[in-house]
Amino acid sequence: MARRRPRYGVHLGLILACLVLAAPALYALQVATLTLEEAFAVPPKLFPPSTDLGNNVHSLFEGQHFGRLIGNTFTVALAVVIGKTLFSMLAGLAFVYFSFPGKWALFFIVLLTLLMPTELILVPLSGLIAELQWVKEYPQLALTMPFMASAVGVFLFRQHFSNIPREMVEAAQLDGAGPLVFLFAVLLPMSWNVIGAHAIIQFISMWHQYAWPIFLQLSPRDQLIQVGVRNSVISGTQTDFGLLMAAGVVASIPPLVFFLLLQRQFVSGFALTRDK
Amino acid sequence: MVSVDSLARSYRSRKLLERLLLVGATAFLLIFVAAQRGGFRSLWRLLRDAVLSLPAFVQDTATYFMEAPTEQIALSLGVGAAFGLLATLLYARRLSATPAPRPAHWKWIAAGAGALAGGLGGQILMVPTRHCTYAPAASSAEFRLGLFVTALSALLLLVPLWTLLRQAAQQTRERPTGMFKGRALPYLLLSPTMLFLALFLYYPTVQVMLVSLKQRIFPLPQERFACMQNYLSLAEDTVYRNSFSATLYITVFVVLISLSVALGMAVLAAQKVRGAAVYRTLLVWPYAISPVVTGVIFLSIFREGGTGILNWALDGLFGLEVRWLTDRQLAPWVIIASAVWNLLGFNILFYIAGLQNIPTDLLEAASLDGAGRFRRFWRITFPLLAPYTLFLLITNVTYSFYGIYGVVDTLTPEGGPRFGPGGESGATNVLIFKLYRDAFNTGAPAGLGAAQAVMLFLMVAALVVVQFGYLDRRVTYEG
Repeated sequence: MARRRPRYGVHLGLILACLVLAAPALYALQVATLTLEEAFAVPPKLFPPSTDLGNNVHSLFEGQHFGRLIGNTFTVALAVVIGKTLFSMLAGLAFVYFSFPGKWALFFIVLLTLLMPTELILVPLSGLIAELQWVKEYPQLALTMPFMASAVGVFLFRQHFSNIPREMVEAAQLDGAGPLVFLFAVLLPMSWNVIGAHAIIQFISMWHQYAWPIFLQLSPRDQLIQVGVRNSVISGTQTDFGLLMAAGVVASIPPLVFFLLLQRQFVSGFALTRDK
Repeated sequence: MVSVDSLARSYRSRKLLERLLLVGATAFLLIFVAAQRGGFRSLWRLLRDAVLSLPAFVQDTATYFMEAPTEQIALSLGVGAAFGLLATLLYARRLSATPAPRPAHWKWIAAGAGALAGGLGGQILMVPTRHCTYAPAASSAEFRLGLFVTALSALLLLVPLWTLLRQAAQQTRERPTGMFKGRALPYLLLSPTMLFLALFLYYPTVQVMLVSLKQRIFPLPQERFACMQNYLSLAEDTVYRNSFSATLYITVFVVLISLSVALGMAVLAAQKVRGAAVYRTLLVWPYAISPVVTGVIFLSIFREGGTGILNWALDGLFGLEVRWLTDRQLAPWVIIASAVWNLLGFNILFYIAGLQNIPTDLLEAASLDGAGRFRRFWRITFPLLAPYTLFLLITNVTYSFYGIYGVVDTLTPEGGPRFGPGGESGATNVLIFKLYRDAFNTGAPAGLGAAQAVMLFLMVAALVVVQFGYLDRRVTYEG
């Protein structure tokens, strides 16, 4: 084809699209550098960045223990990512490499939970957690345990394992490998893309947890970061937008880094892209 | 040129990285569990009590069937069986297109099994309602709701039955080889997943359903069984209806706009231009931004008064002062704009993946046949993207129903501009927001809240079932 010259139209469109998407975030970055007075100045201070970013971030970490909130959220998200991946892989192994009575019934029971979103059962769930007495003493169990298993994870690994040629398992069995050896020595090295994709969705969805920690009525120091961001709106009489935007920026950096690092895995790991 | 040496090095470093990840993850999990080990004691006690109370539960259910009025049980059995019979016959007709050696009257055998499964399955949800909708005292609205619930409940056994039927129809299925032996091991492998699902999903879901059947007796704190009254009063509640239409309104526009804009941007980003990878990254990152942060950012853009950037610009250009968050017509659109922005990255990501999977020879053949760019897009690209569109449709609808809570709560913490009788409805008081607000409000009746949860659950469940039906069909007819 004769289309080898640079395609300026496409570039222009892409740059415009990127700018439109970035505009709200760029504006937030700018506001994050403003003091309380500057944030309410007319006309709005759009450029250059002011000097208050360090101050805003500092007061978040000092006054609203953002350091602790971020640490909490990170621990919780990581625990769920690791636990869920492990349990889902074990379940996938059982569903793909074993035949046992009740397999289809159990699979249907897992399938049915797709219809039961945690978002709608927060009231009885928080009652259950209260019964377990986790809120005061073990807030991290309260925040993680309800998310340790899901149909999505089981499906992802089940589908991935069933696409792996059966010669693999036959060869492993000839070598005398048991199911767990097979899982860790053969399946695991072939599953990193799926694990990466699964880890991203789980990490980000845990990082975004907002309603559940509110329902738990945790003590402020045990809260998650999204609640911290929300609370920085109502900390004063007048919303300090500089502080608020700084909170938003700080809270967004870890998932952004995690996502950008694993972006490639995310696309290639999804069964949707391979089921041809 | 890539040398063998550097390949081997990169392979080795990859292996090292994998091993490090594995060790790190194991160590983290062990430390996490060790630090919280005291909390597992109460979990263990709860599980033990649950297992110990199982016989009592079975006995209670048995006594219930002995003592409950026979006509009501018979009626519900009949309804379930009739539904199972008809639905299975319809399903068998669809299957009869596939050639398979079958007994002569297989359709009637299937229908019989369907009647049995429907009758029994119908009882699953009928026991908790105590067959109240079939009681002579039940109103006709309750009776109709009861029919619906029976059919739904029957599906719990009918769907597995249909799966079996479909598998029987595919006679070419070879048995997978290379199965591991072991009687107890598969159950052991499944036990963590099953345990967590049972305790933290099934048990609370059942509780929500049970609570939704109860009503407070004012002013006492006790609750009494109220059959379907909560659902009926929801249907008549203006505030609830307004929340329902606000949810639909916002969902429709969020899904339409975010999907079409994302598709457009993905088509641009999938072109082979220099720096395509950079553009892609710059397009997909908003996925990592949370609904709460999105709401906060848009709050600072749309805030009213001269200091909000948008109103300042509009004031300078046209002398306009727009009441973005306090106007009944505009507030939902601020929510829609925020949600669309929040969703775009995720949608673009999947549409780019989908576009890369479209075979180029198909498009080239079409262009040789003289098909223009738009024709190629609508006749080839768009239909081939259907699985992606469907997947994104479901995730976006789910976001608009549940995930949007963070956006609404930060932008309009009171549920938006008031309207309606007594000013009780809010323009952005979407169902999930109303559900949570009622739950936080300790004075609100729990039963009504639970009924709201069940209603929301049914709405999204219907969508998920549609998705699975579609995927199912695709798998069946492609093979």
